[in-house]
Amino acid sequence: MCRGGVGRLISSGGEKTVFSSKMQFMLLFSRQGKLRLQKWYVPLSDKEKKKITRELVQTVLARKPKMCSFLEWRDLKIVYKRYASLYFCCAIEDQDNELITLEIIHRYVELLDKYFGSVCELDIIFNFEKAYFILDEFLLGGEAQETSKKNVLKAIEQADLLQEEAETPRSVLEEIGLT
Amino acid sequence: MPAVSKGDGMRGLAVFISDIRNCKSKEAEIKRINKELANIRSKFKGDKALDGYSKKKYVCKLLFIFLLGHDIDFGHMEAVNLLSSNKYTEKQIGYLFISVLVNSNSELIRLINNAIKNDLSSRNPTFMCLALHCIANVGSREMAEAFASEIPRILVAGDTMDSVKQSAALCLLRLYKTSPDLVLMGEWTSRVVHLLNDQHMGVVTAAISLITCLSQKNPDEFKTCVSLAVSRLSRIVSSASTDLQDYTYYFVPAPWLSCKLLRLLQCYPPPEDGAVKGRLVECLETILNKAQEPPKSKKVQHSNAKNAILFEAISLIIHYDSEPNLLVRACNQLGQFLQHRETNLRYLALESMCTLASSEFSHEAVKTHIETVINALKTERDVSVRQRAADLLYAMCDRSNAKQIVAEMLSYLETADYSIREEMVLKVAILAEKYAVDYSWYVDTILNLIRIAGDYVSEEVWYRVIQIVINRDDVQGYAAKTVFEALQAPACHENMVKVGGYILGEFGNLIAGDPRSSPLVQFNLLHSKFHLCSVPTRALLLSAYIKFINLFPETKATIQEVLRCDSQIRNSDVELQQRAVEYLKLSSIASTDVLATVLEEMPPFPERESSILAKLKKKKGPGAVSVTELEDNKREGGELNGGSDRGPDTSAMAASNASTPSPSADLLGIRSAAPVGAAPASAGSLLVDVFSEAGPAAPSAAVNDDGFLRDLEQPTETSDSLLVEGSGDSDSAPPSEDPAAPLPEADDLLNKFVCKNNGVLFENQLLQIGIKSEYRQNLGRMYLFYGNKTSVQFASFTTTVSCPGELHRPQLNVQTKPVEPLVEGGAQIQQVLNIECLTDFSEAPLLNIKFRYGGALQNLTLKLPVTINKFFQPTEMASQDFFQRWKQLSQPQQEAQKIFKANHSMDTEVLKAKLLGLGTALLDNVDPNPENYVCAGVIQTKGQQVGCLLRLEPNAQAQMYRLTLRCSKDSVSKRLCELLAEQF
Repeated sequence: MCRGGVGRLISSGGEKTVFSSKMQFMLLFSRQGKLRLQKWYVPLSDKEKKKITRELVQTVLARKPKMCSFLEWRDLKIVYKRYASLYFCCAIEDQDNELITLEIIHRYVELLDKYFGSVCELDIIFNFEKAYFILDEFLLGGEAQETSKKNVLKAIEQADLLQEEAETPRSVLEEIGLT
Repeated sequence: MPAVSKGDGMRGLAVFISDIRNCKSKEAEIKRINKELANIRSKFKGDKALDGYSKKKYVCKLLFIFLLGHDIDFGHMEAVNLLSSNKYTEKQIGYLFISVLVNSNSELIRLINNAIKNDLSSRNPTFMCLALHCIANVGSREMAEAFASEIPRILVAGDTMDSVKQSAALCLLRLYKTSPDLVLMGEWTSRVVHLLNDQHMGVVTAAISLITCLSQKNPDEFKTCVSLAVSRLSRIVSSASTDLQDYTYYFVPAPWLSCKLLRLLQCYPPPEDGAVKGRLVECLETILNKAQEPPKSKKVQHSNAKNAILFEAISLIIHYDSEPNLLVRACNQLGQFLQHRETNLRYLALESMCTLASSEFSHEAVKTHIETVINALKTERDVSVRQRAADLLYAMCDRSNAKQIVAEMLSYLETADYSIREEMVLKVAILAEKYAVDYSWYVDTILNLIRIAGDYVSEEVWYRVIQIVINRDDVQGYAAKTVFEALQAPACHENMVKVGGYILGEFGNLIAGDPRSSPLVQFNLLHSKFHLCSVPTRALLLSAYIKFINLFPETKATIQEVLRCDSQIRNSDVELQQRAVEYLKLSSIASTDVLATVLEEMPPFPERESSILAKLKKKKGPGAVSVTELEDNKREGGELNGGSDRGPDTSAMAASNASTPSPSADLLGIRSAAPVGAAPASAGSLLVDVFSEAGPAAPSAAVNDDGFLRDLEQPTETSDSLLVEGSGDSDSAPPSEDPAAPLPEADDLLNKFVCKNNGVLFENQLLQIGIKSEYRQNLGRMYLFYGNKTSVQFASFTTTVSCPGELHRPQLNVQTKPVEPLVEGGAQIQQVLNIECLTDFSEAPLLNIKFRYGGALQNLTLKLPVTINKFFQPTEMASQDFFQRWKQLSQPQQEAQKIFKANHSMDTEVLKAKLLGLGTALLDNVDPNPENYVCAGVIQTKGQQVGCLLRLEPNAQAQMYRLTLRCSKDSVSKRLCELLAEQF
């Protein structure tokens, strides 16, 4: 007699749906609804992206502070958290783990914070390209690539070093954009 | 580090961003942007060649403008130029631009790919990473074509740096998801699995995502990852919080990696190797134990990371669905979370419990939390949490708590958020139907639904209540009375008027005896609503009126007057006008007999799947209703609806008997336990006597007694009661009671397996029977899995297989060994049947199962899904051969043909899959009409081979098929034709 589950026949029979865990996109937006960073891990047209962004920003901003950080939206799960004036918002699939996604957001905030030194919204506005580089080191294709804070920052700082070596001084006029 | 030091590379960009931020209005911003775009355009077009720095700066400005939401239609070429710069930052900005603004311009893609290729072969790890990030971000098919073979090489090469490996793994994952056909498995795959052992935690973290995805598609090839994943997980779970250094997150060792490992294991069944399995169970227990330990930090990040692992572990436990102990522990843990002060945890606990509710091991444990969940539905302040609570109530509902849950959901509906009302209505309607034991409750519930949330009650819901009332004459009088009362409300929903009109039109006579609901009172009540209703409802009411004329001749004059008035007979709506004119004419010309025939009571509706379920499924997607649940529902819906071959009460009663040990079963149990002196010898013998002549003659008193009892019994699985109890010593002899007649649905169950070999054959509240089978030539082997769904032992479990016709002329030879007579609660036993096909056959073998559950004997008979097509050998042939043979089989009796309506999807792929499942070869390019399908095969029996040709002609427009079979043996043509006509 095998003390196996009655349901096992089905699950090993290949009838179970295949799930792929994956983050679909990440959006950063302000309390005023201004988009500060967008990262899409699925191919969508610009029009769709704009539509999703508009709807989602509205939905999330309408929620009250003590509400839970997860909501169902279309056939996705939205995980969001507010840090000061910025909302960080990720869309994941049905099978994905909400809590670990919440901590992905937190780790990203920590990385930004460590890199910029108590990060604020302005840092992300003025150095948006850096925010993207850091995100790419941390998450690639929607999956965690490197979760060690030290290793991610090391990679970014190495790049910054390359930048400083390469830059040559510019004339003042050129620097302020008058050329 | 001060913020300014980071952006000082491009002060011009910072100035531009400041300008934009200082714009007072949207117009000013657009003006500033347009100025900048003009400036950049002129720079790019200018004669003076731009240096790398300027290009970088302008490209970056374009990117910023794009991210503000404006369209960018130039600058791509400059960005591509930056890719080949040997300055890192220029290259980096170039790649960023490409990643964000990828354009399917093929010319550009070639240039981009070229740059990427150079960087990949540069052996400079930072450049390689940039290139890999770009591929992972864009992930287009063109890139897959260019790099799908190169990246695996980088991934497994011995000298690749760790950071490059990490990027390569996830890059490959992205390409595999976009273009799985281009990523070829090969020698690298086994090496990828071993990355799970890599010393660098980051490499493992990245590689495991790739491995998980590949395992889902190629489980066998990646099987070795299971034991590697278990040992890795075990090392992490047992490590101290400081062991993993920077991979420890708020005192939790490697939470991301742990979750991914647990997710990977969910691609596989429980490990077969006992040692591996033991180690894994230990891990899962440790994770559950840790949840009970005091937190190492008060930070929410600590508890989130810890609980993320816990929830993933619970998912795995649910996936295995085989460790009752772990399932119950998981359920208890979630029960604690239901009352946690963190909203997030309450939400997740409700969500996770939903899946636990569908496991037979934990269903009962979940049910104990019903009060908490109801409370959550009432008091949670967040609608998304309330939604979860409603979902869980739906999932935990069964016959024992249906009334309570439905009542709670109904009362919640009164205040429910608009966003979830429609779904709630559907769920209430489904539960009420599924668990209705008495139909007056069902009718009350649906009418309440209409009263409370009429706007959200879709057509399907009120259609369904009418179908059920029409098909069940025991509830018609009650329905008429209730709906009559509901219509008394001064304001009632239009849906109520529709149901009321229909039901009173059909069954108003059942309450007409009461002067308070005399025919005229009924009519006046309905007609008082008429003018407030929409056109379709009015049309329905007109039909109800003409039915009234037939039911109650005394209302004829009144109704004719109504039909005759201008607002009806000259109504501007054509449909209403036509009905009024026709009904008026009909009522004045036709004789009573004709009227009675035309307006006869509606015949019962054919048995069909509840349309409500289909609707819920469509609305919610697969998440809401699991497939098994749907099938479950379908069966139960059928039972409700199809009262034709049983007495009206039997199905509901049989169902309620089956679901829980009912009081009567208990009684019988007691009786069987008491030694009833002389009974055993005599009791069972009546049947033996009648059917086999083998039994000893029984004392006449006993015979009479038993015979009387038997007559009273319903022919259902729970029935044999007394008679059976008497023959308690039947273990040694073949079971002395008569095997029950095959279940009414036995044929439907059989039909489900014509084109497939594995699946669940049968399931009720007690027992699940699964099947796996394989056939070769004229031999077959079938594995039957009997699962005890209850927590109580099944005793005297016996199964018998019998082949019809075996006495005179054996067609099938089925051999098996007896199963063990005891099946523990929650356990599964297996039985192997060896089948030999001696000659072609039409009747399926019967499987009779008997066992005692709580003292009551269960006796059911099913048809084993052994059909003649299982012994097909596919035959490939060319068009010419096919038609030659087709002509050879031209005698009329060799051909069987059927034209029938499509019952399932007519989708090509679905049809092909079914035809292949049939066992024949599906022949391409044979039929001149490409829409048609032709198949050929040879049926192998011991005595002979029967060649069969098949042609299926779909007509998508008419939703019809014509099926033609020609076989060298006419009985085979006929049988195959019967079988197949049910499949499409």
